[in-house]
Amino acid sequence: MSLDEVYRQVIMDHYQNPRHRGRLEEPTLSAGLHNPTCGDELRLDLKVDEEGVVRDAVFEGQGCSISMAAASMFTDAVRGKSLGEANRIAESFKDLLMRRSSDRSALGELEALEGVAKFPARVKCATLVMNAFEKAVQSLSEGGGSGHVQA
Amino acid sequence: MSIAARREDFPLLATQMHGHRLAYLDSAATSQKPRAVLDAVRRYYEEDNANVHRGVYELAARATQDYEDARETISSFIGAAAEEIVFTRGTTESINLVARSYGEKVLGPGTNVVTSAAEHHSNLLPWQQAAWAHGAEVRYVALAPDGSVSPDALAEVVDAGTRVVALAHASNVMGTVADISAAAEIAHAYGAVLAVDAAQSVPHRPIDVRALGADFLSFSGHKMCGPTGIGALFGRADLLAAMQPVYYGGEMIEEVTLQGATWKETPWRFEGGTPNIAGAVGMAAAADYLRSVGMEAIHEHEVELANYLAQRIREVPGVVVYGPKGQRDSGVVTFNLDGVHAHDLATALDTEGVCVRAGHHCCQPLMRQLQASSTARASVYLYNDREDVDQLVDALVKAKEFFHRVAR
Repeated sequence: MSLDEVYRQVIMDHYQNPRHRGRLEEPTLSAGLHNPTCGDELRLDLKVDEEGVVRDAVFEGQGCSISMAAASMFTDAVRGKSLGEANRIAESFKDLLMRRSSDRSALGELEALEGVAKFPARVKCATLVMNAFEKAVQSLSEGGGSGHVQA
Repeated sequence: MSIAARREDFPLLATQMHGHRLAYLDSAATSQKPRAVLDAVRRYYEEDNANVHRGVYELAARATQDYEDARETISSFIGAAAEEIVFTRGTTESINLVARSYGEKVLGPGTNVVTSAAEHHSNLLPWQQAAWAHGAEVRYVALAPDGSVSPDALAEVVDAGTRVVALAHASNVMGTVADISAAAEIAHAYGAVLAVDAAQSVPHRPIDVRALGADFLSFSGHKMCGPTGIGALFGRADLLAAMQPVYYGGEMIEEVTLQGATWKETPWRFEGGTPNIAGAVGMAAAADYLRSVGMEAIHEHEVELANYLAQRIREVPGVVVYGPKGQRDSGVVTFNLDGVHAHDLATALDTEGVCVRAGHHCCQPLMRQLQASSTARASVYLYNDREDVDQLVDALVKAKEFFHRVAR
């Protein structure tokens, strides 16, 4: 097993130069997640317009290169997408890491994380941002509408 | 006098990992098992298995004998009497048992439990919950810069309201070892008891509960070459005798009526339900095995190896080693490599056959104090040798080169 298969250059680039790091003043959706087994922390803020399109997506947190690179890539990938499309990206990504058949078309750079599937203990690092996304969306359906939803 | 590493006694260590020799450096999490333990568990199931304390037939008598012999072995391993040993699932259950049963008896408004921020969550949460449930306060002793608890700092917080001082003997993160005798003196001077989390010390050094002055002492079988799911609580005979059971059910009663019940004597009143008989047999076999090697010799071997390990990894530029600056007194070495997250490092080491722990080691308050969200931890045992350490160092250098290359 080679490290190069997991730690592709593009991953380390996102880790060291995260694309959308920060917090939003008034996020439409927001969720924080903590991975209790490793101590990784992540908060995802989304600005979603009335059409349900993600206008802004940023994250803040600390963790390993896999979790931080995935967050950077995911926030990149969902900008300009509808919540439904963003959800499909999250699902496709999880399929990829669970070695199920996956729709790779919308994954973009996230596809570079495919090698993580070879390290089962690290899959949860890669999917931390997707889980935060799902938690944020869930808070929307539970909260029943727009506005500032803190999860 | 040091020993030669006992690698050949442990079948699993012959396993190849990702095409490499296995360097298992995570014994603080769990130890590997020697053939003697595996054989003892198998022999028990093949020759003596029956339920204990109830059958009148020969086989049941043999199972009961095996189980009670195991209690005798474990008690003598730590200098206690057999009736002072309660078999549990492990350290966590042992501490929960004391915190609930003894806590219920002594904790209330105006009283306090003293512990530290360096405790494993399993020696922190049971005491927090017990104290808060009874309106008592939880106090934390200030830690020295290396994460250790000094007797002076302890004396600052213990007072007449203190009922329990709960401390780890050896830290699972910092590699520091507390002066338990001094802590016992301080606790006893105020009429408090000392409850020791000995999960990281009983497997690695000679323990005499009387010499330590411990009133309660908790440890696990699986960290001392025994099976998982078995552990023990030592409790001073007079303290156990005054405590209520926590688990009600079969095996722990004297007489049951529809109006009430009376309990068996200690320690059996704390062992409701069919116990982990094979586990106890395996744990006792582990104690016998460790004693045949010699606990003092094991301790010296580990300290020598940990010093070598700390010194070697410090030679790698960018490595930060936590814990004692000088000589080490346990086999635990916690570290970080600058610019590489501990998880990424552990994955990289894994590909070279090296097993280390990465994360917060169930010590979130301590990690906050260290301002490290995650660290890597290597821990050695009697089966580790310099080859394991050298393999770690080589893998560390390789990992460092790799991450610096891909980070360009």
